[in-house]
Amino acid sequence: MTSANETLTLIKEKDFGTPAVHALNNKTVTLEIDGREITVPEGTSIMRAAADLGIMVPKLCATDHLDPFGSCRLCLVEIEGRRGTPASCTTPVAPGIKVTTQNDRLAKIRKGVMELYISDHPLDCLTCAANGDCELQDMAGEVGLREVRYGYEGQNHVFARQNGEANPMWQEKDRSNPYFQFEPSKCIVCSRCVRACEEVQGTFALTIDGRGFASHVAAGMDEDFLQSECVSCGACVQACPTATLIEKSVVDHGQPEHSIVTTCAYCGVGCSFKTEMQGERVVRMVPYKDGGANEGHSCVKGRFAFGYATHKDRVLNPMIREKITDPWREVSWEEAIAYAAERLKATQAKYGKGSIGGITSSRTTNEEVYAVQRMIRAAFGNNNVDTCARVCHSPTGYGLKQTFGESAGTQDFKSVDKSDVIMVVGANPTDAHPVFGSRMKKRLREGAKLIVVDPRRIDLVKSAHVAADHHLQLRPSTNVAVLNALSHVVVTEGLVDRSFIAARCDKEAFARWEKFISDPKHSPETTEAITGVPAEEIRGAARLFATGGNAAIYYGLGVTEHSQGSTTVMAIANLAMATGNIGREGVGVNPLRGQNNVQGSCDMGSFPHEFPGYRHVSDDATRRLFEKQWGVKLDGEPGLRIPNMFDEASSGTFKGLFVHGEDIVQSDPNTNHVTHAMESMEIVIVQDLFLNETAAFAHVFFPGTSFLEKDGTFTNAERRVNRVRPVMKEKQGMAEWEIVCRLATAMGYPMMYTSAAAIMDEIAAVTPTFKNISFKKLDELGSVQWPCNDEAPEGTPVMHIDEFTRGKGRFMLTEFVPTPERSNSRFPLILTTGRILSQYNVGAQTRRTDNNVWYQEDILEMHVSDAEVRGLRDGQLASVTSRTGGTTLRVKISDRVPPGVVHTTFHFPVSGANVITTENSDWATNCPEYKVTAVQVNPSNRPSEWQGEWEERERENKRIEKPLVAAE
Amino acid sequence: MNSESNADMENRDIIRMANQIAAYFEAYPRTEALSGIAHHIKSFWDPRMRKQLVDYIDGGAEGLSPLVTAAISPPAKAKASS
Repeated sequence: MTSANETLTLIKEKDFGTPAVHALNNKTVTLEIDGREITVPEGTSIMRAAADLGIMVPKLCATDHLDPFGSCRLCLVEIEGRRGTPASCTTPVAPGIKVTTQNDRLAKIRKGVMELYISDHPLDCLTCAANGDCELQDMAGEVGLREVRYGYEGQNHVFARQNGEANPMWQEKDRSNPYFQFEPSKCIVCSRCVRACEEVQGTFALTIDGRGFASHVAAGMDEDFLQSECVSCGACVQACPTATLIEKSVVDHGQPEHSIVTTCAYCGVGCSFKTEMQGERVVRMVPYKDGGANEGHSCVKGRFAFGYATHKDRVLNPMIREKITDPWREVSWEEAIAYAAERLKATQAKYGKGSIGGITSSRTTNEEVYAVQRMIRAAFGNNNVDTCARVCHSPTGYGLKQTFGESAGTQDFKSVDKSDVIMVVGANPTDAHPVFGSRMKKRLREGAKLIVVDPRRIDLVKSAHVAADHHLQLRPSTNVAVLNALSHVVVTEGLVDRSFIAARCDKEAFARWEKFISDPKHSPETTEAITGVPAEEIRGAARLFATGGNAAIYYGLGVTEHSQGSTTVMAIANLAMATGNIGREGVGVNPLRGQNNVQGSCDMGSFPHEFPGYRHVSDDATRRLFEKQWGVKLDGEPGLRIPNMFDEASSGTFKGLFVHGEDIVQSDPNTNHVTHAMESMEIVIVQDLFLNETAAFAHVFFPGTSFLEKDGTFTNAERRVNRVRPVMKEKQGMAEWEIVCRLATAMGYPMMYTSAAAIMDEIAAVTPTFKNISFKKLDELGSVQWPCNDEAPEGTPVMHIDEFTRGKGRFMLTEFVPTPERSNSRFPLILTTGRILSQYNVGAQTRRTDNNVWYQEDILEMHVSDAEVRGLRDGQLASVTSRTGGTTLRVKISDRVPPGVVHTTFHFPVSGANVITTENSDWATNCPEYKVTAVQVNPSNRPSEWQGEWEERERENKRIEKPLVAAE
Repeated sequence: MNSESNADMENRDIIRMANQIAAYFEAYPRTEALSGIAHHIKSFWDPRMRKQLVDYIDGGAEGLSPLVTAAISPPAKAKASS
């Protein structure tokens, strides 16, 4: 814990009533409100202009994250010379007008409106869950409501029974959602929830059903929330001004008393939240309006699924054991650290310096990652450090560095607001990056065009008020062929942005690429046979992308996790450069990062060939810089990457592994190969929250901290460095970077920091792109997007504006090379893997929350024609086998996958999805080819052999010996 | 699993990875392809993997793309083609 002297307070963000307006040409309007002059952007509402002055006009249906609606009639004002009392939320400012927000006439109207509201509202304020946080109550107070003359005898929504009979207007509480409840009797029909679902989330799950006094909020087809298409993002709960939609945790515990702003630990969007607390108890997470990545929105995971942090499965004591078949023994930190250091040193003595290594976590803070890679390079004395980014976005790092010169996305999320054409390749943002997905959908509803490149019909292809203009439903593994065909059309139809190329790109490389890509073998007509995408569809998409205005590309693991992942990233970069779509708002190449700190863990030097800041270990100047900083000689040769570690473990040259916050046994491909490698290690140390699958093969377990206990920073997919602030003290008693420092010290390399802030200061001192970043600066600015240095003291939202980081943009040749993994008569289907909204990655977090109500097991999605020929019915068990292994999954008939393709997730360890995936990997980075595995599927009636072994290991390898009570 | 089959398996991985790198660079003119392959392997492969590759080339380079053998070890390639 740090910042002990700061006074805690409950942050209440000011609600300006209507959204901020950005006027064309920055035109402003000056007007007078209650005798005070103010100048605001043209198009601003009177309500917001008043709020800018600090005059808060009473309101119920208005809130500044929704468009004005003008239904509650509470915000009425008078305007000199105009008739009537217009609603200040829907009336824009005009030059010179004189507005009155309070006088006797307005007060009388408002009191009358409030009286009507309250006449159909229960009066249980003292025992109501929203007591202390109810806008209805506040407004009743503000307008001075003193009596309600109408009584409850007539029609109402308040009482279950009326005059002895059932009241048809009354509706029961809906508690079906695990995280919030819906109490219709408290609803004032302001429509804020309905509008939040539409405007902010874009799901359109809510509506107002009925008319007049019978109007009521309805989820889906007037069913309960859980049955409806509601995605449980919580935007409606946040928008509700009463207790109608409210978190169950608030119902249970009451209102929070202080809050601390921190960053979500799920996906790469990196949403900011106010953690609202009672003492050390988290009452609720509320997305923070000033959060740069999310601007007040969130998803079901970030807002609600934080219960894992205090789950009973958390291990809070360090543990050791001689053999992985022994039960775990709880010991002190001192003993555990000394034991781990001893075994690591013994392994090095026996097998050599290069025989041990470690894996940094993309879920922990930059400061923790930095400490781990320093320990490995300086204390282990080698470069055998890798991160789980290896298995997700390493091709992004390689591909963008080759073409643009920097291993990161080019834009901020806000940039999509200026896009005219959006191309989504191998990504499913509405499931995997939901808050950005909502932002993208908002822009699509405003009219931006959409191209989806994906073998599956993801939600973006067709959902409420969103439809793809082109869905290039390619065969898995043919990304490069499709992207080459798109570029072929751009080049051969004369759609290249010649002036961009002339000014910004390497001419020789472009000329060579132009010749290469013009070859008829890349034409859509030729590649159709490979990709399965109709040529005309490709041509249409290419023309739209090149001529439709600002065109932006967003991509995910459907691009990177292939044998040609790096080639695809470069093909994407080529297409963006050829059409001049780099270097300004609304365009760019945007990798959607999987985990909260994938970008950060890469930035922090977690790759075996690179120091922090993406500088190669063989670079003498860089190595000298770190040698001076760390006071030790460093190795100039690249170390082992994760898959290489497993290979070398099997062959006997790699014998010791430190694994931080990453469950490689569940998440890495070809599980049998991985477990064989793990079994052959002499020392495995796992630092994590839970005894995960990898811990079954470990000899030392260091308990870790949840994000609620961490002090540090995460870096999201926009290169945005966000603060992570502790809201409670470490449950296991030690910061994770300190554990690492103590282990390094115990190995004979003294290493210690005074705080996480001090680690960031060191990072800034040795990493040019982080030069001006410090906790102090982050606390001042909220967040910063690197590069942050003397040229860009407040960070860099959009990169490569006047020139590329490498100087001239470099076109790379991208020949299509088919993967060796092909379907055949034995394995006629292609399995591709992915994620769903409610679960996250290996599920260690979300499986320990109520998110399981939406998804309890990994499901195999299969097209009806493939199911029919196999005699498979919906919900039936099926064996799924590839050349590497087999498992059993439940089948779901789905038209989201085309014939010949099946899909599953890897959220549950018992499923063994990675027992099936293969050792194939990206040519440049060894990123595994998760997205393409040839399989056969057959009806089954029992778990696979592997699943039987898993059950046994789960029982045997995770036993914890209970300490004996000492006899006196 | 005996050690022989283990070695075969390791070599298979090395061959696969090296051939994939060669397949990418094949689109480039030969001299550039050779330096591209050599540079890539030098930059990203741990020395023990590089040694294994060189040993494999010395042992006959069976199944290895000629571009890899030419890029990594010109004498070995000369030997293989003679």
